[in-house]
Amino acid sequence: MSLSKDAGHLFRFAYLFVIAFAVFLVIRHFVVPKTFGQYGHYRGAAIAEIAARPMHFAGHQKCELCHSDIAEAKKAGKHENVSCEACHGPLANHADDPSIQPTKIDTTVLCIRCHADSAAKPGVFPQIDPVQHSGGVPCETCHQPHNGL
Amino acid sequence: MLPAAAIAWKYVLAGTPEDSPNYTKTDHWWSMLIDIPKCIGCGNCVRACAAENDVPDGHFRTWVERYHVTDYHLANPEVISPDGGKEGFPAVPKSAGGEEGFSAAPEDAGKYFFVPKLCNHCEDSPCTQVCPVGATFVTPDGVVLVDQTYCLGCAYCVQACPYGCRYIHPEKKVADKCTLCYHRITKGLTTACCEACPTGTRQLVDLKDPNDPIHTFLKTHSVQVLKPQMATGAKVFYNELDGSVR
Amino acid sequence: MSGVEGYMYPNEITLNWSVLIVLYPYITGLVAGAFILASLVRIFNVKAVAPTYRLALLTALSFLLVAPLPLQLHLGHPLRSPEMYFTPHSTSAMAMFGFVYLWYLMAVLVFEIWLDYRSDIVHLSQTTTGWKGRLYRAMTLGSDNLSPRSLAIDHKVGWIVTLVGIPSAFILHGYVGFIFGSLKANPWWNSPLMPVVFLFSAMVSGIAAVLLIYMGISKLRKTSIDMPCVDTIAMYLFYIFILDFSLEMLDLVHRVYEADESFRTLNFMVHTRLYFSQIVLQICIGTLVPIFLLAIVQVKKLPEIVRKRIYVVSGCLVQIGVFAMRWNVVIGGQLFSKSFLGYTTYKVSLVTKEGLLMAIVLTILPLVILWGLVKLLPPWDDEGQASIPAATAAN
Repeated sequence: MSLSKDAGHLFRFAYLFVIAFAVFLVIRHFVVPKTFGQYGHYRGAAIAEIAARPMHFAGHQKCELCHSDIAEAKKAGKHENVSCEACHGPLANHADDPSIQPTKIDTTVLCIRCHADSAAKPGVFPQIDPVQHSGGVPCETCHQPHNGL
Repeated sequence: MLPAAAIAWKYVLAGTPEDSPNYTKTDHWWSMLIDIPKCIGCGNCVRACAAENDVPDGHFRTWVERYHVTDYHLANPEVISPDGGKEGFPAVPKSAGGEEGFSAAPEDAGKYFFVPKLCNHCEDSPCTQVCPVGATFVTPDGVVLVDQTYCLGCAYCVQACPYGCRYIHPEKKVADKCTLCYHRITKGLTTACCEACPTGTRQLVDLKDPNDPIHTFLKTHSVQVLKPQMATGAKVFYNELDGSVR
Repeated sequence: MSGVEGYMYPNEITLNWSVLIVLYPYITGLVAGAFILASLVRIFNVKAVAPTYRLALLTALSFLLVAPLPLQLHLGHPLRSPEMYFTPHSTSAMAMFGFVYLWYLMAVLVFEIWLDYRSDIVHLSQTTTGWKGRLYRAMTLGSDNLSPRSLAIDHKVGWIVTLVGIPSAFILHGYVGFIFGSLKANPWWNSPLMPVVFLFSAMVSGIAAVLLIYMGISKLRKTSIDMPCVDTIAMYLFYIFILDFSLEMLDLVHRVYEADESFRTLNFMVHTRLYFSQIVLQICIGTLVPIFLLAIVQVKKLPEIVRKRIYVVSGCLVQIGVFAMRWNVVIGGQLFSKSFLGYTTYKVSLVTKEGLLMAIVLTILPLVILWGLVKLLPPWDDEGQASIPAATAAN
């Protein structure tokens, strides 16, 4: 009995800790997201949230649903494995609403990016010196962009 | 060069867009193959990723490096990545009438190749290990993601990544990185970078899908991962990766 | 890219951890070091340094209260930091921070200060009026028991708290070294020696800080400096400094000898971008000069005024050296590329949230808090002499 009298202040200090811990547990119960720990040490709902982000590229399958004639033409040539949006850019907005017109490509700029001559590029890849080859004339003057002929 | 790309293409063609509810995470284990000899350094992938994922300027979820190795000293490559390779690379002049692949000036001699890089979606990812709150994680289908509503922005994960693929988003102030276009691959589409690659250098791989033609490729070619000594379980495989690549 | 030499991975060019992350280990280091000095009295019965016992504890508390601020200012979302308490990731050393900090603050430092000051607090609660009186009464937790038995219990419990406090202080500061030392991605940081080097340099900086503060406060209050006390402190400072320097040299020699794949790029970085902060500030001015000065005091009998000057100069140089060490670790680790092919520059901003001005404010703030604590809980009795711990008075 005299211990609790002489050590009473220590017990009070300890009670502060106990109360703080209890308050912590209560707050934790309400604050931790419900899906936390569903698959691992993270908020499970985050996976679905990230999977629901909007797309800007439609994917070539979507293009081919409407533009099957171009898809056929492509299969005949060297650009068979180049997807539509590799050159035309992201067009999910056009796929969703065809009234949105994609911007016309400037072939003098676009084709050079891949086909300009460089010793750094693999030798088997078709490359030309833009000045010597065409002297600034747009590539589509002589070449078909879709089948690469 | 082209037939392998054609094989990959047929696989992508075969996949039909699925809705997320039909997607079972444990059926997939995502990865990527990068075929070095095919890369022409056009930068399509970097631009496509930036457009698809609203990547802020000056930061990169994927980038392309150009290596120039002049002698047997694999320890001294000359590496450039102008704006991550977004607008391609400056041309290296070829010798007039010389063999393809060999350049004119002596200082330009040696071999060149391009190395596209991205998050390796490591199986034992060091970034996941160090996150103090569980904001970055590996999904059950093998993709390392960041929960940006939970991330504190402490940048510990950025320091822990050996590959330099993470950054702090300048506006959102949270960690950001390649998500392997999770919002696309869970719907049967391919990643934006693979979609935009004109030569089939970058190909999405599902390591759990027995019909994935890349499985055969991985078993019949010389493939490496970046920094294997770090034992991160990196899942992005490179075909014919040179010893000088950092 | 401006400031980039060679090749850096594109995302590595701007630094992510700023001068505030340099400041944080410096501050917690002072906490750990000051506490170790206080424990010399309680646990190791070094009576000579007793005049600084209470001051060391208050110094530790002042710096500990400021320690989370640089971290909060650095975070992209500081309001989310309670997540570290609610969902700490057990594989992350950083997740430990919240718990270690709270433990050390409440269960060690505040507890020990309260136990040591309790008789003073009770007296002050009975004699002071106004808001200060109310504060003292709250601090008594409603107990005014000052019987010899209760004071003896306080003494015993305080001894246990200090004993537990030593490893707690080691963890409080050592885990910071572990945060760096455990990263395999960064060869400048990756070392099992990192937590140990951090700890020993922390002890050096903390002990030197208390020495400087004691001498400074004595000068301000125009009281005489207890020379046996500061001589003993300087002796401990000297020997711990030798240990610290040996450990840092061991790390250096090991790196140079092993010369692994990262050595060339790190060596170049130290000789160029880190030359001033590492060779000049940390090693020469911050370590070799103070060790030399303190060594002279140990081997030669010097007059009091000369010793005082040496202690002040050494104490200040030590602070510069230890801060430079933290700078070299944190900033140095981000100046080189993980491709080992290039370097970038750290552009310190001046008036931003993580700028130089903020760093200066955060360094001065603990001294302001200390001033307040000293007014609230005077570490000296009414005669103006520094109080010795209640326990030794009772003996």
